[in-house]
Amino acid sequence: MQEAMKERAKQLLADGTVSRVIGWKRGEFAYDTTPAIFETAEEIDRDFVYDDFTAANVSKYLIKESRRDGKILAFLKPCDTYSLNQLTKEHRVIRDNIHVVGIPGGPKLDIEKIKARGITGILGVKNNDYTLEIETLYGTEKMPFYEAISGKCESCKSRKHVTYDELMGEEGEIAESNRFDMVEKLENMTSQERYDFWREQLSKCIRCNACRNVCPACTCENCVFDNPKSGIDNKAAADSFEENMFHIIRAFHVAGRCTDCGECSRVCPQNIPLHLLNRKFIKDINELYGEYQAGEDTTSKAPLNDYRMDDCESSIVHERGVE
Amino acid sequence: MQVNENKEFQPLIVAFCCNWCSYAGADLSGTNRLNYPENVKIIRVPCSCRVNPMFILRAFQRGADGVILCGCHPGDCHYTSGNYFTRRRMTLLFSMLDFLGIERGRTRVEWVSAAEGAKFAATMNEFTETVRKLGPNRRLEDLRCRKQ
Amino acid sequence: MFKRISASRLGELFDRIASKQMLYIPADREDGAAEYRRYESGMSLSKALNTVRSAKDFFFPQTENLAEFRVEGKKIEVRDIREECEDFVIFGVRGCDVRSFSILDKVYLCEPVDSFYKNRRDHGTVVAMACTRPAETCFCTAFGIDPTMPGGDVTVFPDGEGYFFLANTEKGEAFISMIDDLLEDGDASALMEVQENTRRILKKLPFANLSTESFGGEKLNEYFNSDKWGELSESCIGCGTCTFVCPTCQCYDIRDFDTGNGIKRFRCWDSCMYSDFTKMAHGNPRLTQLERFRQRFMHKLVYFPANNNGEFGCVGCGRCLSKCPVSMNIVKVMKALEVK
Repeated sequence: MQEAMKERAKQLLADGTVSRVIGWKRGEFAYDTTPAIFETAEEIDRDFVYDDFTAANVSKYLIKESRRDGKILAFLKPCDTYSLNQLTKEHRVIRDNIHVVGIPGGPKLDIEKIKARGITGILGVKNNDYTLEIETLYGTEKMPFYEAISGKCESCKSRKHVTYDELMGEEGEIAESNRFDMVEKLENMTSQERYDFWREQLSKCIRCNACRNVCPACTCENCVFDNPKSGIDNKAAADSFEENMFHIIRAFHVAGRCTDCGECSRVCPQNIPLHLLNRKFIKDINELYGEYQAGEDTTSKAPLNDYRMDDCESSIVHERGVE
Repeated sequence: MQVNENKEFQPLIVAFCCNWCSYAGADLSGTNRLNYPENVKIIRVPCSCRVNPMFILRAFQRGADGVILCGCHPGDCHYTSGNYFTRRRMTLLFSMLDFLGIERGRTRVEWVSAAEGAKFAATMNEFTETVRKLGPNRRLEDLRCRKQ
Repeated sequence: MFKRISASRLGELFDRIASKQMLYIPADREDGAAEYRRYESGMSLSKALNTVRSAKDFFFPQTENLAEFRVEGKKIEVRDIREECEDFVIFGVRGCDVRSFSILDKVYLCEPVDSFYKNRRDHGTVVAMACTRPAETCFCTAFGIDPTMPGGDVTVFPDGEGYFFLANTEKGEAFISMIDDLLEDGDASALMEVQENTRRILKKLPFANLSTESFGGEKLNEYFNSDKWGELSESCIGCGTCTFVCPTCQCYDIRDFDTGNGIKRFRCWDSCMYSDFTKMAHGNPRLTQLERFRQRFMHKLVYFPANNNGEFGCVGCGRCLSKCPVSMNIVKVMKALEVK
């Protein structure tokens, strides 16, 4: 796939359809790819990479990139196209300036899951018929491919592209996903257990804001947490209240707009399962206001910008699930 | 949280009331000389829809043990549809607080019209009792704000 | 003669230390990552090379209260809420983090001395641990650090089945005397072999030949005006991950928090990657992410050595390499900027 993508990118650059390409760039190791803009065929030949480690969602970069001169070619995985669609709907990107090439998605690998097994000094990772052969400074290690896949791919919601100008490879289907299992498990705990669970998770937060900054739905020019005029700006959580506050507000601000791309959890340096907060909102919206998938289209009204006369009352929260 | 002279726990309740219905309802309960607990501190807002989730969290941060939001009955909003949006927003917010393990009894939305002075007083009495039973808010408290 | 304890008795040693002082050790979290935790009996030492958060937290915590104000009428009362810190031990600090303390010292112990920092520094004993399994992300040797001889108040050398202890300072001596009766004389020949082996691996690391030679205070204009910054910073999402996991990043912000019944003045870590970093009346002096990104690396590779006799503001621990959400890091910057 990588070679075909490189060829196509070079073609589109050569015939003037696009002036730039956004994709992923090879790093220092076998696994550290970086989103990058390519402007020439030489750069593409030298650095372009698409492999098991290109999990990053590049659609957020298009907010800025689509406002520059010339068209940009964006290679988007199925999950990334949901983000782009959502951004298009909110008029955050200029869709006409983007040439989207849909490419098959994951499952992508998460190097942290390999390292968590104590495998260190990683020099190379090869996928040999769904067994990873990991070459390290301390010898070769093996582990099953599926035990190293990124959390966001474990509960893939769709292998179908919702927007594209051309497609490479075969189109997939909307997947049967188990993505609400963990939310449900938490809902069935007692309130004390849930509290303890989240305290343990959120107390790890170092307020690096990576979850917010990487999020394709978090596109405010000036976030309330960065804006001294908002009255709630803060740079570090001084106590448990502020930890909770940041994460509640972060998730709430993207409720109904979050496409569940899973970037927040992927980038968290402390491995906090932040996507669970977003999924809780998605699950609630689905249950209370009807099935809704953000990013699926560019016309429907977002659930929080909409209402029905006969919506349930807020007291429903008190009446269901476990106290 | 407050403690009275008998060392009993006195919950602090913050009530956000919309200007057009609920605040007038509170007024009416006053002019009718109906009792509702002094624990309730009313904050007047132009519309229940003005209440940002941050307001609710901020109230808890500054020491509230329970937060109640009152607005016009659905269909009666002075701005036509404000309270419909409030309803969805607060449902999701309260559900999230519940998901994080915050006791669900500490939050409530109630529709109170300008004519429902009695309902206002009854709601506040009942809500204060619910929160009193839950005890002081510890799970969503900012220790720095505790009165020393 | 080196004193040694076998690995099986390490718990006993921890219990002893913990009975006298607060003890922090790197422990495994349920997600497989390591973090420093207050030792409780039964806890075991992590096998991970390093913790996600660095050891700087002990001396320079993410948030701390500096003072309190109370206002009554027209009177304002300022309260110094400083407390003398208790003695504590940080066990298992790697060579990179040990060096980071000397970098922080240069900032916080020069005049005017930061008394909050000094208080903790005075009461902390650093027990360093020699590395035996460096990772691919390590490049401390580029900054002249020998991870097999990490320094600290006490150095601990693992030889596979046990640990040798060597005191380097007065505090270290005091630490050893606390556990002296648990240690026995050991034969250091196995240790020599372990060290040799580690040194061989260090030479095979991907960044074994990374050089800092072309960086330093005198290169200011050349690097500041480099045309590489645009390309390097284009992927940066402006989060603070690199700065917050970094053992040497030492910038902070001071804010007042209104508690409703008084004011608490606190300081917290700040990140040059943020849009409100060093915000002044006229706004932020660094308007775009390019400038913020450049600031971080210029500080580590040019500004810091310019003010500190050539010492760099990086210790090569590799945390930013493994944690950056877009895998853009100081090594990539160094390689791109380097003038051949």
